Amino acid sequence: MTATAEKPTTHRVRAAKKAKTQLSEGKKQERKLGWLLCAPAAIVMVAVTAYPILYSVWLSFQRFDLKFPDQREFIGLGNYITALSNQYWWTAFGITMLITVVTVAVELVLGMALAWVMFKTLVGRGIVRTAALIPYGIVTVVAAFSWKYAWTPGTGYLANLFTDGAPLTERASSLAIIMLAEIWKTTPFMALLLMAGLALVPEDLLKAASMDGATGWQRFTKVMLPVMKPAILVALLFRTLDAFRVFDNIYVLTAGSNNTSSVSMLAYNNLIRGLNLGIGSTMSVLIFLAVAVIAFIFVKLFGTAAPGSEEEGRR
Amino acid sequence: MAVIDQTARAKWRWSLIDLVVIVFALIPVLWITSLSFKTPATITDGNFIPREWTLENYRNIFSTDQFVRALVNSIGIGLISTLVAVVLGTMAAYAIARLDFPGKKLLIGISLLIAMFPQVSLVSPLFEIERSIGLFDTWPGLILPYITFGLPLAIYTLSAFFRQIPWDLEKAAKMDGATQGEAFRRVIAPLAAPGVFTTAILVFIFCWNDFLFAISLTSTERSRTVPAALSFFQGASQFEDPTGAISAAAVIITVPIILFVLFFQRRIVSGLTSGAVKG
Repeated sequence: MTATAEKPTTHRVRAAKKAKTQLSEGKKQERKLGWLLCAPAAIVMVAVTAYPILYSVWLSFQRFDLKFPDQREFIGLGNYITALSNQYWWTAFGITMLITVVTVAVELVLGMALAWVMFKTLVGRGIVRTAALIPYGIVTVVAAFSWKYAWTPGTGYLANLFTDGAPLTERASSLAIIMLAEIWKTTPFMALLLMAGLALVPEDLLKAASMDGATGWQRFTKVMLPVMKPAILVALLFRTLDAFRVFDNIYVLTAGSNNTSSVSMLAYNNLIRGLNLGIGSTMSVLIFLAVAVIAFIFVKLFGTAAPGSEEEGRR
Repeated sequence: MAVIDQTARAKWRWSLIDLVVIVFALIPVLWITSLSFKTPATITDGNFIPREWTLENYRNIFSTDQFVRALVNSIGIGLISTLVAVVLGTMAAYAIARLDFPGKKLLIGISLLIAMFPQVSLVSPLFEIERSIGLFDTWPGLILPYITFGLPLAIYTLSAFFRQIPWDLEKAAKMDGATQGEAFRRVIAPLAAPGVFTTAILVFIFCWNDFLFAISLTSTERSRTVPAALSFFQGASQFEDPTGAISAAAVIITVPIILFVLFFQRRIVSGLTSGAVKG
């Protein structure tokens, strides 16, 4: 991403250098002001992410356990071999992928429905939108505790809905509850992004289609979806990457017991609970790479117009 | 007659659908609120509505240092991070929306990258870096990552808002002899205020919400925010069930969110939707 963004810049810098003599005083000032205004934001963002991630790569090549600091040494790819040949890593990876795929798919459908309701409802549009914003705004941990108590036998109103047991002590039901909590929390966000896409669908086009005898479903698939495609892809990209980071809900609901850890949970456990910086950093790097691959796939395969990448600043 | 009948029926149908959405959105909130008002004796009765009401849980958490301190941390860290992120974001977004300069695309690229960045990847290096430079378990130790992850949100939302501002006014001001800087301060800033305010709400919600950094980069009450403190909550005594206390604390930190949503629904919706779709 950075590499592709850099190319046009260097070109432009070169072109700009050629034209430097022709630059008016005002243009020069404009550039200077532009750099000046962007510099603080750029510096903070790069300093707090780029340096640590490089440092993380460096740490990942070391045996570095804070419980045994004397044994710190350079072991090359040793940690990667340990992590990648470890069953826990792959279990967590599988769980994370499962949660990501299921929640994003369900959210896309529910989000589309919710977007439609928020956009079209004839009554109480404000109330519906306000209500939908609550899951978006609420602290994830708070919602997670609410779900946890709801499913706790004795305490909760949902605990005995399906079984007499404790749903959060079994793997399948725990995962289902984690996904439910995720879907509840993030569907409104998905819906808002999709609603922005809905607003772009020209009303005339829908009317024309219905004049021509298109059914509701045909209007949806043939007219609305194509127009909404960019919005849908952006929403999917953001939600997929966000879902892949799932942590809060799992931490509160199961703390990773019964093999319900996500990769984030596993990395956290190795680092903060296990104080193993080497392995923790290795997992950090692996997660970073996984996210980069997902983003790459989206951008290349689906041609997701990254928000702002094309039209930014030209309007 | 038939037409009126149809609209009336449509309204009924929409009301029903609205109701489903509202119930879906509110149930977990109502449930935790209900729990927070239950007495210790009835908290495990599983009833959705409390049989006996009490304020005891609230009195308890406000009498403990643990919660009050965490609340102060949450508010302080959230406000400072929001302020800094919005100021820096406003500057950058103005430049992106208005000025032509090389490196603009790079900045947009960086923001996008950070918006998609897996935060857990930063936890281990930041943990070690902050420990070595003494930022671990301090306010700045949390404020720094919050600013970093708030910035892309701020830059996107704000540059979207800034594009809707009538910039001819800026030209007019400049023709009257104001410099670019003055035009920004005197003319554009007041027009941009609503957008900035909306962005501030979104960034604050993000900081208020964070759990991963809060739990990884703190170790004591000194800088632990409420979401992190919640997971450490125990009852007043070792044998007491913390459910009531956790629920009460959860309700307290949900109140600001509810207020934001109630008063600024329109702004939040427009902020989220305009910042998201530009491609």
